[in-house]
Amino acid sequence: MIKKLVISSKNVDFLNKINELSGETITLCDQCGTCSGSCPMVSEMDITPSQMMRMVQLGQMEVMDTKAMWICASCFACTVRCPRGLDLAKVAEALRQVKLREAIDHIDIKKIPEDEVRRLPQIALVSSFRKFTG
Amino acid sequence: MRIGVYVCHCGGNISEIVDISKVVSFAEKQPDVVLVKDNPHMCSEVGQKLVIDDIKEHKLDKIVIAACSPQFQGPTFMSTLEKAGLSPYVLEMANIREQCAWPHFDFPEEATKKANNLTNAAIAKVRLDEPLGKKTMPIGRRVLVIGGGIAGIQAALDLGDAGFKVYLVEKEPTIGGKMSKLSRTFPTEDCAACILSPKMADVLANPNITLLTYSEVENIQGYLGNYEITVKKNPTYVDPDKCTCCDDCTEVCPVVVPNEFEEGLTSRKAIYLPSPIAVPHSYVLDEQACLGIFPLACGKCQEVCDPGAINFDVYPEEIKFTVDTIIVATGYDIFDATQKSVYGFGKYANVITALDMERMIVHASEGNPIRPMGKRIAFIQCVGSRDEQVENENCSRICCMYATKLSQLLKRSDPTRDVYVFYTDLRAYGKGFEEYYKRAQRTGVKFIRGRVAELIEDSQTRKLTLRVEDTLTRQIIESEFDLVVLSVGLRPNEGTDRIANLLRLAKSPDGFLQEAHPKFRPVDTLTDGVFLAGTVQGPKDIPDTVAQASAASARATRLMNRGEYDVEPVMAFVHEESCDGCGLCVEQCPTNAISLSSRDANSDKSLSPKVAKINEALCKGCGSCIAYCPKDALDLHCYSNDQLLAQIKAVLADKKNGEVRVLVFADDMTTYRLADNVGVAKMSYSLNSRIIRVPSGSRVTPKLMLQAFAEGADGIFIGECEEKSSPYPHSVSTIKSNISKVTHILKEEGIDEKRLRFVQFVTVMLGGFVNNINSLSDFTIKSGPIPAQKRKRLGENINERLFK
Repeated sequence: MIKKLVISSKNVDFLNKINELSGETITLCDQCGTCSGSCPMVSEMDITPSQMMRMVQLGQMEVMDTKAMWICASCFACTVRCPRGLDLAKVAEALRQVKLREAIDHIDIKKIPEDEVRRLPQIALVSSFRKFTG
Repeated sequence: MRIGVYVCHCGGNISEIVDISKVVSFAEKQPDVVLVKDNPHMCSEVGQKLVIDDIKEHKLDKIVIAACSPQFQGPTFMSTLEKAGLSPYVLEMANIREQCAWPHFDFPEEATKKANNLTNAAIAKVRLDEPLGKKTMPIGRRVLVIGGGIAGIQAALDLGDAGFKVYLVEKEPTIGGKMSKLSRTFPTEDCAACILSPKMADVLANPNITLLTYSEVENIQGYLGNYEITVKKNPTYVDPDKCTCCDDCTEVCPVVVPNEFEEGLTSRKAIYLPSPIAVPHSYVLDEQACLGIFPLACGKCQEVCDPGAINFDVYPEEIKFTVDTIIVATGYDIFDATQKSVYGFGKYANVITALDMERMIVHASEGNPIRPMGKRIAFIQCVGSRDEQVENENCSRICCMYATKLSQLLKRSDPTRDVYVFYTDLRAYGKGFEEYYKRAQRTGVKFIRGRVAELIEDSQTRKLTLRVEDTLTRQIIESEFDLVVLSVGLRPNEGTDRIANLLRLAKSPDGFLQEAHPKFRPVDTLTDGVFLAGTVQGPKDIPDTVAQASAASARATRLMNRGEYDVEPVMAFVHEESCDGCGLCVEQCPTNAISLSSRDANSDKSLSPKVAKINEALCKGCGSCIAYCPKDALDLHCYSNDQLLAQIKAVLADKKNGEVRVLVFADDMTTYRLADNVGVAKMSYSLNSRIIRVPSGSRVTPKLMLQAFAEGADGIFIGECEEKSSPYPHSVSTIKSNISKVTHILKEEGIDEKRLRFVQFVTVMLGGFVNNINSLSDFTIKSGPIPAQKRKRLGENINERLFK
């Protein structure tokens, strides 16, 4: 199935937003793959770090549905090795921020059975509202 | 004085906007003008003949042509004057086309008034023009080539064959450079040593080339046509005429050290043959490695030397000679891969550089492999290049191709090998390169697009696990290899830094030596008579190196062939009767052209014993020195203090009450041309601007700026080229220093310092020019003209205020 790539002003706005939030010029990434090769968590990720950068470069908002940014351990291996001097950890953080700012809860407390709610520690419930790493 | 003024219609280009008849009648009224004519095309045969005939008939001795830019037809009209028997330097052009009619095409009346103004300024300047002759300086036929790699060899051969005297200085005991270490060369797979050896032999055989090996340039003094060179020649302790290369000496030498030619992969003795194709072909004794020469500790080599070639009683020699031009061909070093700790070079036994691999292939193909290479070999590209983490942003240009070469040589010599190249881009830009890359793919070399992140060594097997993302399939590869080859980039070397300091040569941001202009002067430097050839200027392959070397020798030939070279008479000079020998100017000259010397014996005894003198061979005509003379003793031919002041007065003469004027001092090379380009593009800018041409912005002394304000300028703008492309060293810092002196006084007088501006331009910054001029113009309009009282004070006691 051929997926059509459309880059509209909406996509460009998304790229600009991530650029601004992260402070990095994401179009500088030349897709060399050093970041993915260095990442200790890449085997758990659905997309590789360089793929994440690519999707942001093209302004593809589907990247917000990926899990890679949440698997990121913030170890900074990618940042330290990037030959273009890009801080990928910041870009991942920017993406996480965008998701968190949507203020959409990951779980809906109204959908959990009442007796479970009563048994579960409150702290566990609250922390899981915005837990995307699972 | 009999000035002739000619106003050109330029086929309508000028006459459609500027009222020529008004310019003619204005010029007729000016003192010393005896003849004014106009013509549709002054630069045509007809127009030029008109000028020549008039000069003869009316005995004109100075000419003003109000027409296009002097940058455009200046040389044409200069030769017109020469044909008529006049000095080409008694010509002034009023730029009423590019800098008047064209930018102000919407305002014909204003443009005509401005044209009158500019013509008046040209007349004012021409009154003080000196009938200077074209200057030439003598030059000989001697060249120094620094560096005996393929670039230096090619340049030396070209010049030697052309009959010039060449000194070729090489710091190693043999010429040949890095190319002599290579196995094969891409894309033809020629044997490097085989194609290089004949050229090396030719160097030795050429009677015009003096070859100094094991020698280093210690000092360079002087200038074009007179470079005084000091070379230190190190002793080899072996007479090359007697040495038969029998190898008896190495057998008895007790010292074993790493062999540099073999990249340390094998060893040599203290007495050794520098390379298999060494020229001069002789053994050499390495004093550092030897057990001792003074006093003699061993001496076994001399005992067994049958031809008696070894002599310990030799010393370093200092050789001095003079040359006219210099070619710098000091080559490169490979990137120090230990800086990339993720690849473990220097720690892991099976990680080597591409240069190591070259030597290994040479030995393997001769049947003497240095070490086993294994079956699985990986090449890692871009090591030390395109990498901000080691602070080398540049691409090293040849690594993609040399890896393509080494990988397929390895695969073809043993097809059971598994050879991989891990790349980010595959740059196969040259002739035959793409085809050669295809051949590698056909041979079965695997190219994987991914930059290797790290290597992990297995401590038992010493094999390396390589971690990389195949970016084309988005898979992470963790794979084991027997041998990993780092495709190291090219870096500037130590020798280059030394020579650059001796010659004051500029460096590009990537650390290599900078060419005078990247497109049009790729082998020149900004130092006259000094040229670059080969990798010293930047990474490149052998064909490009050879081309550059031949280019550099052609440029040197161009300067030397006529026995003399042309110089503009735009030179500093001293009003000796005003000079008090204080010497403040001497240290300020960026090219050390000024010195203090004793006056002539028959000078006025009331004058100082010492007087400043200008060395015209060194003077660049920037005018920086003038600002530092408290006695107004320093001046510049063709742009004298009196001339510039006369021009300033002339462009402000018709200023009415309440009007503002902005003076733009435009440096010849950039800002003046930029202003022309703006006119050609028919872009408009403020009508109250008046452009005055100067050789460099550093010519505009603080005194001139204050005089300009005093005469009626309400804003002053100085435009200069960027420092890195300037032929005038330190021009920008001189301008800034001049401006700060004036700003200080403006502040004291309560005048807004924003009336004085300085911008560095490039000739394509059309919008930038327009915006800057308009911005200053708008500012002066808003702020109004400088009050008459303050203006008067600026013109008073200028030297006292500046030099207190």
